[in-house]
Amino acid sequence: MANIQDTDTIAAVASAIGNAGISIIRISGSEAFNVATKIFKGKGNFNEYSSHTIRYGKIIDPDTNEIIDEVLISKMAAPKTYTTEDVVEINCHGGFITAKRILDLLLRLGVRPAEAGEFTKRAFINGRIDLVQAEAIADLIGSITEKSSKVAVTQLEGRLSQILQRIRKSLVEILAEIEVNLDYPEYDFEEVTINQCVQIINGIIGELKNLIESFDYGKVLREGLNVAIIGKPNAGKSSLLNRLSGKNRAIVTDIPGTTRDVLEEYVNIQGVPIKLLDTAGLRETSDVVEKIGVEKALEVIDLADLILFVLDAHTGFEKEDSDILEKVEDYYSKILFVVNKTDKADEEKLKEIKIKIPEIIEISVLEDYGIDVLEKSILQYVNKAEIDTDNQIIITNARHKKLLVEALDCLKSALSAAEAGMTLDLISMDIKNAAEKIGFITGHEITEEVIMNIFERFCIGK
Amino acid sequence: MSFVHEPYDVIVVGAGHAGCEAALAAARMGAKTAIFTMNLDSIANMPCNPNIGGTAKGHLVREIDALGGEMGKCADKTLIQSRTLNTAKGPAVYSLRAQIDRRSYQQVMKHTLECQENLHLCQAEIVDLVIRNNKIEGVKTHIGSFFPARTVILTTGTFLKGRIIIGDVSYDAGPDGLLPANSLSESLKRHGIELMRFKTGTPARINRRSIDFSKMIEQPGDDPIVPFSFETEKIEREQISCYLLYSTEDTHRIVRENLHRSPLYSGTIEGIGPRYCPSFEDKIVKFADKKQHQIFIEPMGLDTEEVYLQGFSTSMPEDVQHAMIKSLPGLENAQIMRYAYAIEYDCLNPTDLKLSLEFKKIDGLFSAGQINGSSGYEEAAAQGLMAGINAVLKIRGEDPLILDRSQAYIGVLIDDLVTKGTNEPYRMMTSRAEYRLHLRQDNADARLTPIGYKIGLISEERYRKFIKKQEAIKNEIERLRKKTVPPSVKVIEFLDKYNSSRIKSGIKLYDLLKRPEITYSSLKEIDNEMPDLPKVIADEVSILIKYEGYIAKQMQQIEQFKKMEEKMIPEDINYDEIQGLRIEAKQKLAKLRPRSLGQASRISGVSPADISVLIIYLNARSRRSKRNEG
Repeated sequence: MANIQDTDTIAAVASAIGNAGISIIRISGSEAFNVATKIFKGKGNFNEYSSHTIRYGKIIDPDTNEIIDEVLISKMAAPKTYTTEDVVEINCHGGFITAKRILDLLLRLGVRPAEAGEFTKRAFINGRIDLVQAEAIADLIGSITEKSSKVAVTQLEGRLSQILQRIRKSLVEILAEIEVNLDYPEYDFEEVTINQCVQIINGIIGELKNLIESFDYGKVLREGLNVAIIGKPNAGKSSLLNRLSGKNRAIVTDIPGTTRDVLEEYVNIQGVPIKLLDTAGLRETSDVVEKIGVEKALEVIDLADLILFVLDAHTGFEKEDSDILEKVEDYYSKILFVVNKTDKADEEKLKEIKIKIPEIIEISVLEDYGIDVLEKSILQYVNKAEIDTDNQIIITNARHKKLLVEALDCLKSALSAAEAGMTLDLISMDIKNAAEKIGFITGHEITEEVIMNIFERFCIGK
Repeated sequence: MSFVHEPYDVIVVGAGHAGCEAALAAARMGAKTAIFTMNLDSIANMPCNPNIGGTAKGHLVREIDALGGEMGKCADKTLIQSRTLNTAKGPAVYSLRAQIDRRSYQQVMKHTLECQENLHLCQAEIVDLVIRNNKIEGVKTHIGSFFPARTVILTTGTFLKGRIIIGDVSYDAGPDGLLPANSLSESLKRHGIELMRFKTGTPARINRRSIDFSKMIEQPGDDPIVPFSFETEKIEREQISCYLLYSTEDTHRIVRENLHRSPLYSGTIEGIGPRYCPSFEDKIVKFADKKQHQIFIEPMGLDTEEVYLQGFSTSMPEDVQHAMIKSLPGLENAQIMRYAYAIEYDCLNPTDLKLSLEFKKIDGLFSAGQINGSSGYEEAAAQGLMAGINAVLKIRGEDPLILDRSQAYIGVLIDDLVTKGTNEPYRMMTSRAEYRLHLRQDNADARLTPIGYKIGLISEERYRKFIKKQEAIKNEIERLRKKTVPPSVKVIEFLDKYNSSRIKSGIKLYDLLKRPEITYSSLKEIDNEMPDLPKVIADEVSILIKYEGYIAKQMQQIEQFKKMEEKMIPEDINYDEIQGLRIEAKQKLAKLRPRSLGQASRISGVSPADISVLIIYLNARSRRSKRNEG
């Protein structure tokens, strides 16, 4: 029995949820073509399409005959597919709602939701890709904008691994110097002092810290910055959302019947992915439907990395505004105040706003004024947005980050051992552990390397 | 029809350091054992340096002793100088090293073999193995007789097709003027065993009376002598010094001018020599900027004037050696007794062996020592002991004794050889051990003596002593953990005396001992209840307390490591049928047939991704078999 892994059919949104103007739902497994045939209506029969072609059509709920979305569907027969199984990919319109409805439909038809990374896991179990590739591909999938895909590509090409090789090499060199004196005490090699070790380790700790800190930025590049847009009704939230997204995104989606829900748009500001969340008005309300929206909105605000508080230059700072402000007071540090409609500004009322809120950004969506300033301010919120990805190595892989943090901990413990007056054999143990952690990322075996280094650099023999 | 002898349980081929341990272990475990040597007067010979121990090697000797082996005891009886190395560098790397009276060592070991119950020591050259249906049946001697055996252990050292090279002269020979074993090498090949060609070398021996020691630095032994064996209580003996000298510009010039005459550089030598043991000409070529190299003079024994020239091994022709040696300070008038030589020999590929040191493809055939690609007396003895134990366990129908990398240097040694193979004679080093803070020489008994007892190599009496020692250690640690001293004048004075920071409130002696500047023995000054413990116990208490945090951390790592070691791979696994394994990994795994996932993960060419695939496969397999049972 050759095939040991489960072969049931799985499906998931293959582009991260809400990540793009278009969502891709991937189905993989022996039942993939059958279920696709049941829900897809296009020209001709899906079963008869040739492999590796893309067709246009509609997804229809077979039970209710309701049209769910207009889609492009690709059919890829095993084994030349991502997972080496039969694969169907449905490109539907963005936002998670459509994608979710299609997914629900598939699940109803007996398809199992894929676990996180299960496609890649199948690909790698079926011998398509190795672990490092799998990790890089996982990152590629997550990277939607040019900048983040550049980071992923750079890692594949080994710029991160170059830096790590250098760090590993200096660790191996100190280790060799310590070890040669431990293993060949009868020879009078210049003994490496604990102070020398401390100096080198401090340097490496600095480098590791930079790499680890870069992970947060890497996360923004990968997952996008969550920006919530709040404000009273008619302050111009939706027009701002449309303005920001309309300028940048490929497909504008409007989902009817969800105005009370949170609207999500993925936009791209100078290469940085931004997830815009439009919330329902934050007024106190007795309307049940609206109430749900308000609660949802507060939840979104809590999760957001940045809040755009939209004020109206025409109406000025009203009670409604101060009510909302009261609700979001706890989040003050992550609020950007945007005063819209400067084209219709009432000078007195604008002044009033300025007194209440010292730092505002004045814009006019209608006249396309101030949008660039707003975008720049948003980018500043992308923590350390000044980091130029062209010159800076960024960690985007959580496994890499974890190993780097562990390596850092080992080196810190080497330092405290040195401070506590511990002996070289113990200090070297921590250094070796650190080198090993980094070796796990770059795929190097440390012990043999240290021994090689000893024999290359030190003259020993009978 | 040749003469057929009575059958043996275990036959050991070769009576060097591996063979002696193998034969003694097997006989002591009750197996009917025979050991063969080509020359009864060369048992347990040290054809190279006359010392035992050193970093990592000293650890091996301690471990051999803790399991019930002989090397440590024999060394204790015959050592003429003892030193503990690395005393300032930490407990993990403290290492015992002793100069040995080479002749006495041989005699003591020979006599030990002779006196051993169940053991037949016999002079004969084994020229052929009898193997039928991939199972060993016995050995044939050069006079044509046949010794049937249930298991055979090969411990042939550097004798297989030995060839000695001195300059442009080369001839078939074993080490130290002994005969080579050519027929056995052919026999192994006939039985389909792959052989490799390794090289090693040894420096010249000089007559002590021709040396001017006034130009050298004397290196005396330590006082008191620390024994290798946990059973040796005390050694009181006059010690002999070693001497240190340095090579000169002149020496280096002579080497450079004659480099074309070195067989290493003219291509006469094809065997692979060890990186850690370069010949002197290698040192000159590879470390051209070094103005001088260290050379040590080591005594070969009490009843001989022969001394060993450590650090000066070479395969240069006689006349060049002559000039090289005379260029050394103090050796201007040196009388050379034996010239340095390089030796090439056949060894097998250790990856053909299981971790028990039994051949994967030949049932009942084991091998140990230099034939497995290792180097060094201690490495050989360690393997010999394990092969002897496992041959007997096999006969008993029990699981083999496999020490893992977290239990012993012996485990590291065998795992490295068997799992990774080697392309040069393998030397043990402390840097090869992942868990060296746990694998200390002081606790080798705590690690291994219970195992030695269980398999029958440790006597009841010794085991009781061992248990008592462990209890004494535990009790004293407990006592220090409980006892508090107040910030009294006496205690403050004590702290000031040792430059230790003062205390404001009471402190446990345990915590005080954790301070690097406070030693266990100094605590006596403030602790009137301190028991009078033997030094070994006091040292152990001190190490366990001072390094407690580090030891605990290491034990955690060991626990992690064990998880993978304990995931066994079924012997009937068919790697070809596992989807997702890369072809290279399939081939390597199929060839090496690792015992556990842990071992599999150490095979070069097997990636973490392959291991993930293997884990998934094994899980699915066990799920499936459970389903089938249910």
